Amino acid sequence: MAQMIKLIALGLITLCAMIAANHARDIAYQLHAILIMLIAGGMFLWQVRRTGEDVTPAPMNEYHDGVIRAGVIATAFWGIAGFLVGVVIAFQLAFPVLNFDWAQGYTNFGRLRPLHTSAVIFAFGGNALIASSFFIVQRTCAARLWGGNLAWFVFWGYQLFIVLAATGYLLGGTQSKEYAEPEWYIDIWLTIVWVAYLAVFVGTLIKRREPHIYVANWFLLSFIVTVAMLHLLNNLSIPVSIYGSKSVQVFSGVQDAMVQWWYGHNAVGFFLTAGFLGMMYYFIPKQAERPVFSYKLSIIHFWALIFLYIWAGPHHLHYTALPDWASTLGMVFSIILWMPSWGGMINGLMTLQGAWDKLRTDPVIRMMVTSLAFYGMSTFEGPMMSIRAVNSLSHYTDWTIGHVHSGALGWNGLITFGALYYLTPVLWKRERLYSLSLVSWHFWFATIGIVLYASSMWVTGIMEGLMWREVDANGFLVNSFADTVSAKFPMYVVRGLGGVLFLAGACVMCYNLWMTVKASPAKAPLSTAVPAE
Amino acid sequence: MSKQTEQDNDVGTTGHEWDGIEELNNPLPRWWLWCFYLTIIWGIGYTIAYPAWPMINKATAGVLGYSTRAEVAEEIAAVATANGPINARLEAAELTDVRADADLMQYATSAGGAVYRTWCTQCHGSGAAGAVGFPNLLDDDWLWGGDIENIYLTIAHGIRNEEDLDSRYSEMPAYGEIFEDGEIASVVQYVKSLSGTPDDATLVPAGQELFLDNCAACHGENGMGDQDLGAPNLTDAIWLYGGDTDTLTETITYSRYGVMPPWQSRLSEAEIRAVSLYVHSRGGGQ
Repeated sequence: MAQMIKLIALGLITLCAMIAANHARDIAYQLHAILIMLIAGGMFLWQVRRTGEDVTPAPMNEYHDGVIRAGVIATAFWGIAGFLVGVVIAFQLAFPVLNFDWAQGYTNFGRLRPLHTSAVIFAFGGNALIASSFFIVQRTCAARLWGGNLAWFVFWGYQLFIVLAATGYLLGGTQSKEYAEPEWYIDIWLTIVWVAYLAVFVGTLIKRREPHIYVANWFLLSFIVTVAMLHLLNNLSIPVSIYGSKSVQVFSGVQDAMVQWWYGHNAVGFFLTAGFLGMMYYFIPKQAERPVFSYKLSIIHFWALIFLYIWAGPHHLHYTALPDWASTLGMVFSIILWMPSWGGMINGLMTLQGAWDKLRTDPVIRMMVTSLAFYGMSTFEGPMMSIRAVNSLSHYTDWTIGHVHSGALGWNGLITFGALYYLTPVLWKRERLYSLSLVSWHFWFATIGIVLYASSMWVTGIMEGLMWREVDANGFLVNSFADTVSAKFPMYVVRGLGGVLFLAGACVMCYNLWMTVKASPAKAPLSTAVPAE
Repeated sequence: MSKQTEQDNDVGTTGHEWDGIEELNNPLPRWWLWCFYLTIIWGIGYTIAYPAWPMINKATAGVLGYSTRAEVAEEIAAVATANGPINARLEAAELTDVRADADLMQYATSAGGAVYRTWCTQCHGSGAAGAVGFPNLLDDDWLWGGDIENIYLTIAHGIRNEEDLDSRYSEMPAYGEIFEDGEIASVVQYVKSLSGTPDDATLVPAGQELFLDNCAACHGENGMGDQDLGAPNLTDAIWLYGGDTDTLTETITYSRYGVMPPWQSRLSEAEIRAVSLYVHSRGGGQ
């Protein structure tokens, strides 16, 4: 019966996609309709061929690790893809000739930039979060993932979202909202996948066999719930046609801007901060083999962080049409957020108390600690940049780009690499990583890359801000915009090189992880299986 | 290590354990807590001082009465007041006399430079050397006249726009609709011969005949152009769109229609005068 329903549903989707492809009004929509038609059609055929076969039920007394292994591979893959596009667009800014004439309208900076941001945040970061949250929630609840193959639906559904979003950008399907570029039908699909993700996560929490819920799960749950809310509100739009990708936002003018930056800032707050703090709270104590520093601090900084973050968005709109009161509140909440953000860093760093010597011997710990240092730095820099007077210098300059990247490369990147180094031997049941010295190489490539990136952007950002506001004795502007652009050239090259180093480090990691699976000695199986129903 | 273990025992753990992870019962770090309190107290003070809390009809205005719009308006007014007298002098002066007044000229070129960098660089380039389709302002090859009065008129009213009835206006016919292909090729060779070597000298006489019948009315019998009509000089080897065979063929076949906005509607009289003097002083002014 269930198979029958599945077949009917897949058949209907294939048919609808065919009709949609036929009536499509734009190329992005058409390609997506064809893609969905092929996928649904392929699954239909596969399902038909399987009917009647006996399905071996999944072993219920083991953790559901297959989907996490897939997530680790996807994280590494999208990481390389996202970093590569980042390097390309960095050099496009330094050398505009790389916006090749023959590829205009497809791979020029304007099309590739959202591809880069979405690939690193949602594809690399999102897969890292989904995979590690599935890992963490099972281990800390001592329960198998709830919902059986629903976890696989979440994984593949999320990959489909990424592919639809990325191909859409290249073909011009975009809502033009930063970090929320995918068009309406992709948003609907992501909503379905995200609800399934929430169900798997909460289902597992409910059937946990531990009396308490571990702090990592608080952060992960707040990330999943808040991202759902942000996604729904910021993507409220009406399609121009059911057969086209273009849609029109429900909000307009400054209301739209406010909703967008409420979303945009909390994408940073809940996707890149709360979610990754969840990762940090599991992998750092595990890798350091030390207890978490302070339970009290976890409680206080968790509630303070999630309460305060949600109000900080207006600091993206200082000196705009946004009323002054909203901009004041955004700034005040951002500054009060400083200590709650640092609570996570303190708790992580102090967890190493008694294990500081591991910094010398274990490059994975070194990576995790450095990620916390970058986290601390960017969560200090953020509140500082939200101050109106500072913002009037920093806003619209490359300083913002530098700030984002010291957080994204330093904090999100390094903690994810640390998690991947932890997960790979565990998931593939290897005794250890293939090579610790390659981890060290990765660490130095990445760290030097980030330093080049962040410092070059600080220099050019502040220089650019000062040049924009420079006036002569009579109050006349001294520089033209083009003067500031040409002055930035050397720093743009340095930034590109920083990106190359970071990408090179990630390639070293992929090789190391691959060899860990291929060549590291297998771990002797544990005699006791941990979870059981 | 042993010292550390003692410390753990001091505070103890919460007694919970997940997958081997325990939690110590350390108190909140004092400095952290105090910094947190301080930021909260500062936040309360700041929201009393500045516009912050939304009420039913409007938000609290803050005891300092601060507003970003008022701040900007003040800064703009301060500059306007400071420059008021000298702007008045600039508006009253004859444009041709400004050069002689060192103070006024110094002011005009720095004000004009700022206007130029904000509004003109997009097309004419930050160094004023122009680009394909956008005239170079540094040389002495002028389409509509390079004396200060003419530059002023061009900037104030713009070129080929419908918003300003006094804008510079002229239009070259698209000869693709008038000439045969062969005829265009001949004219192209003749025009090339005016400032250089034609590709095919045999076409030049035919081209010259067509030129005299069709083009000389504006560009002059010797191709020297006419600034009253904005007709370029074709003998000086300075090209707005390009002097190679392909570009000339395109120009003659489809014509060109370069435009410039009338700045009178966007800039003040003093600003237009200042930027005219700035452009005039770039080297090509007559």
